[in-house]
Amino acid sequence: MYTFNFRRASNLDEAQQIHQSSSDAVYVAGGMTLIPSLKLRLANPDDVVDLSQIDGLGSISSADGVVSIGAMARHCEVAATSDIPALAALANRIGDAQVRNRGTIGGSLANNDPAADYPAAVLGLGAIVHTNARAIAGDDFFVDLFETALDEGEIITRVDFPIPRRAAYAKFANQASKYAVVGVMVAETDAGIRVGVTGAAACAFRLTSFEEALSTNMSASALDGVEVDSSDFNSDLHASAAYRGSLVTVMAKQAVDQLTT
Amino acid sequence: MSAETGIGASVLRKEDARFITGKGQYTDDISVFGQTHCVFVRSPHARAKINGINTDAAMAMDGVIRVFTGDELVEDGIGDLPCGWVVNSKDGTPMVSPPHPPIATSVVNYVGEPYAFVVAETLQAARDGAEAVEADFEILEAVVDTATASSSAQIHENAPNNQAYDWELGDREATDAAFAKADHVTTLDITNNRLIPNAIEPRAALGSYDAASSTYTLYTTSQNPHVERVVLALFVNVAPEANLRVISPDVGGGFGSKIFVYAEETAVIWASAKVGRPIKWRADRTESFLSDAHGRDHVTKAELALSSEGEMLGLRVKTIANMGAYLSTFSSSVPTYLYGTLMAGQYKTPAIYVETQAVFTNTAPVDAYRGAGRPEATYVVERIVETAARELNMDPVELRRKNFIPPDAFPYQTPVALEYDTGNYAASMGKALELADSDGYAARKAASETNGKLRGRGYSCYIEACGIAPSQLVISLGAGVGLFESAEVRVDVSGSVTVMTGSHSHGQGHETTFAQLVSDRLGIPFESVNVIHGDTGRSDYGLGTYGSRSIAVGGSAIDRALDKIIAKGKKIAAHMFETTEDQVEFAEGQFSYAGSNEPKPFAEIAGAAYIPAVYPLDELEPGLSEKAFYDPKNFTYPAGSYVCEVEIDPSTGVTEIEKFVAVDDFGNVINPMIVEGQVHGGLAQGIGQALLEHGIYDGDGNLSTGSYMDYAMPRATDLPDFEVDMTSTPCTHNPLGVKGCGEAGAIGSPAAVMNAITDALGVKDVPMPATPHTVWETIQQGA
Ligand SMILES: Cc1cc2nc3c(=O)[nH]c(=O)nc-3n(C[C@H](O)[C@H](O)[C@H](O)COP(=O)(O)OP(=O)(O)OC[C@H]3O[C@@H](n4cnc5c(N)ncnc54)[C@H](O)[C@@H]3O)c2cc1C
Repeated sequence: MYTFNFRRASNLDEAQQIHQSSSDAVYVAGGMTLIPSLKLRLANPDDVVDLSQIDGLGSISSADGVVSIGAMARHCEVAATSDIPALAALANRIGDAQVRNRGTIGGSLANNDPAADYPAAVLGLGAIVHTNARAIAGDDFFVDLFETALDEGEIITRVDFPIPRRAAYAKFANQASKYAVVGVMVAETDAGIRVGVTGAAACAFRLTSFEEALSTNMSASALDGVEVDSSDFNSDLHASAAYRGSLVTVMAKQAVDQLTT
Repeated sequence: MSAETGIGASVLRKEDARFITGKGQYTDDISVFGQTHCVFVRSPHARAKINGINTDAAMAMDGVIRVFTGDELVEDGIGDLPCGWVVNSKDGTPMVSPPHPPIATSVVNYVGEPYAFVVAETLQAARDGAEAVEADFEILEAVVDTATASSSAQIHENAPNNQAYDWELGDREATDAAFAKADHVTTLDITNNRLIPNAIEPRAALGSYDAASSTYTLYTTSQNPHVERVVLALFVNVAPEANLRVISPDVGGGFGSKIFVYAEETAVIWASAKVGRPIKWRADRTESFLSDAHGRDHVTKAELALSSEGEMLGLRVKTIANMGAYLSTFSSSVPTYLYGTLMAGQYKTPAIYVETQAVFTNTAPVDAYRGAGRPEATYVVERIVETAARELNMDPVELRRKNFIPPDAFPYQTPVALEYDTGNYAASMGKALELADSDGYAARKAASETNGKLRGRGYSCYIEACGIAPSQLVISLGAGVGLFESAEVRVDVSGSVTVMTGSHSHGQGHETTFAQLVSDRLGIPFESVNVIHGDTGRSDYGLGTYGSRSIAVGGSAIDRALDKIIAKGKKIAAHMFETTEDQVEFAEGQFSYAGSNEPKPFAEIAGAAYIPAVYPLDELEPGLSEKAFYDPKNFTYPAGSYVCEVEIDPSTGVTEIEKFVAVDDFGNVINPMIVEGQVHGGLAQGIGQALLEHGIYDGDGNLSTGSYMDYAMPRATDLPDFEVDMTSTPCTHNPLGVKGCGEAGAIGSPAAVMNAITDALGVKDVPMPATPHTVWETIQQGA
């Protein structure tokens, strides 16, 4: 770790102001991604701006068919909610207990790790990401590898998840890290069937061919013969693109089986 | 002694109270006045020439005290890190051991090799200083792959073909003749994957030089502090032996990786005299991955000759063993004397011929890791036996039973040097089959099929040689050390006992097991026995703990010292009873004499020893303290039968271990709970090797699996509920009848798992680790 200034913000404006006035600042939420990279000296910010004391940023509420999750809500807190069981189950399978006790939904989405779980939920459930400046449709949020629609210094404040009629998430976890090699959220929402896929490519995406197939027939067999184009999928030590391609179908079927039984 | 604490009782471990309440004293917990901190500057390249190192910028930084390069150690007469076992090639020439300076001077040969180190007031300053050290590297082509290393660029000037040695064991002609008359030959090409040990406590060292007395004290994470001291004093020339004390306090796991003498402790103890202040270093996890000695990494071709009835006639094994960049402390013995000698397994195979070519690559040095050679041997024998059974359409259990060395054939001389003292392999097999519910297998397999899953079953009947080792035998084979063990039993005035042992506990529970042994034999309370280890300033020269040797060799040494204590106690008692010592009996903590109805408890004799009123001091010295050095007559031969049942999901390639049965014969057992724990840990590591763990270097020699993001350690959820049981044929040549249990699980399990997986998939081989991805690809290739 290099030395840095630890700055604790008490409200959003102050946080953004510190960020703007610093030559190199970074927000810290749960620190589960940031702190390891600081410890390995992979990052060298001047100022680390702590979001944890900002009022209301961690609250979770449910009204009018929408579950609203504050950016600072910990994974374990989301895991303990009940309005969207598929989302709670997803949160409950992130990393390990220590990670879930610290890591936040805002940090996870801002980081946009290709193997993170929440992005599948944001796309699969059609969520809206709110920031201190605007509301960003989930479909527009994930841009590329570790890249989001957030502007420099923009702060995620909450994520609104419309409660689906039914939904399920299936995850194939990396044996070492427990991140998603592939994770698929399948949901039947008021706006139709949605399928969000994480882990497979540079960032999470919706799989429209599966959405169409499931719209006519919500059963695992509906996905038989629906090709998954894996040519742009990630290929690494743990999984080839072809294996990830196959897992997308297998996980989607598992999710469908869960949600239909 | 008491049934609750004596030999055979599952006494809870004494040491756990401090471990689980955070009160253990590990090397990094120890700090001494004036202490400085040290960071090593490590090579980012797998192979490069060092054209120059500039330390000026680092030296100028705040808090930096000194920056050292390898040249300074050389100028000061510091020698290379030696390999302590000279293995000869087939042609009689000794192995090639390339120069291995602790801190690289002119070349670096693996990513992570240190070429400088920074001593600073704080760890932070040392880190900053290390980043400021500049080196001018000329990058050279890296050699990484085991199988092709001998035809790749030459790494060391004195090692053509990157070969350390080309070793053989067994009778080549007799083996060829066996193959000539065989009805069937099974061949198997297999690899044994490179593993990275990952002890929970990283390596650490604190070197402290006292100018007033010219003495050096080194605290370090060593499994064998006396060996560390001898090597540093006699071979590396850090300090005269008399002036060097090595202390291994609590150590959090070793698995072999903490046997060896490494660059870092050499550097901190040497530099502490240069700087005039103590220096501490503790590896971070990345350093552990890069610089702890790795394990395994073999490529093997094996052939088994059989008669049509399944009689094993001959075995031929040709292995390429990756030694990494240099020969680590005991590395040369691992793929030879700890490997080739085990190729008979539990079988009567009359002719065996083994060849091992040891090669250098630009990877971290490879040395002993839990099992050391014996897991690799078991993997060869048990995989090929199972494959042969499948090819001959025989039940693999039947094939094994047919070839087992029968109980009445012991002592049994194998064709590969070892003489097994005792065993009953069919007994372990029988018990294992019962526990594995063999009869219900067909129904379970059918149920899996109905669910679209593939079920398979595999066996592994391992044998190992531990209780290392008869000194004169290993010295005749090239070892530079004897492998006896020392013990001292000091009786206090009140009859309590302190035991000094040369064995070292780094998780094994010696403080409990050894105390049970002493309390049982002397008939004194378990609580009044203290076991002290890990300090060359307190215990006699001993060889430490590895190779499952502690109870068989260290325990036997204690037992011998106890014999002497009892003998002297009898002499004292004889005076008190006014008889002769041959009239005195000792049992259950009491010295007795037929002519007296008042037996003397042990504590009373201890008191009399130190308050010498009743016996003539010109005949009998006062005091009650005895030593013994025990040199084993033979290795011990734990053996067992493992059965593994797996279910594979063909859609994902995920393997679930549905059942794992381990029946081991460790001879006599002092503490069954500790032994079972050792088996569990060994199984976890063996199953980890089979399913999860893999040290992978990319083509440029970068460690791709250098963190827990990529290197998968076994977790509780990866493991089944083990069914563990034992049979017993006591060792015939040590006083306790014990064999050793520390490595068995890791030795026997990989073959059982892989035999089950290949059975489920109907293929000859799947490379370890059988990750979901690998299994899925195997299924795709077959489809
Ligand atoms: C061992 C381990 C296993 C893990 N396994 C998984 C897993 O299985 N699945 C998974 O999805 N994740 C996993 N993670 C990641 C974990 O979920 C992290 O919590 C998450 O990636 C980051 O959240 P955080 O709150 O810790 O963010 P931090 O580390 O604090 O921050 C991460 C980044 O986001 C920025 N940031 C944080 N909050 C905001 C905000 N409100 N607005 C804008 N920017 C912000 C920070 O500046 C930083 O750049 C794992 C992590 C570890 C250490």
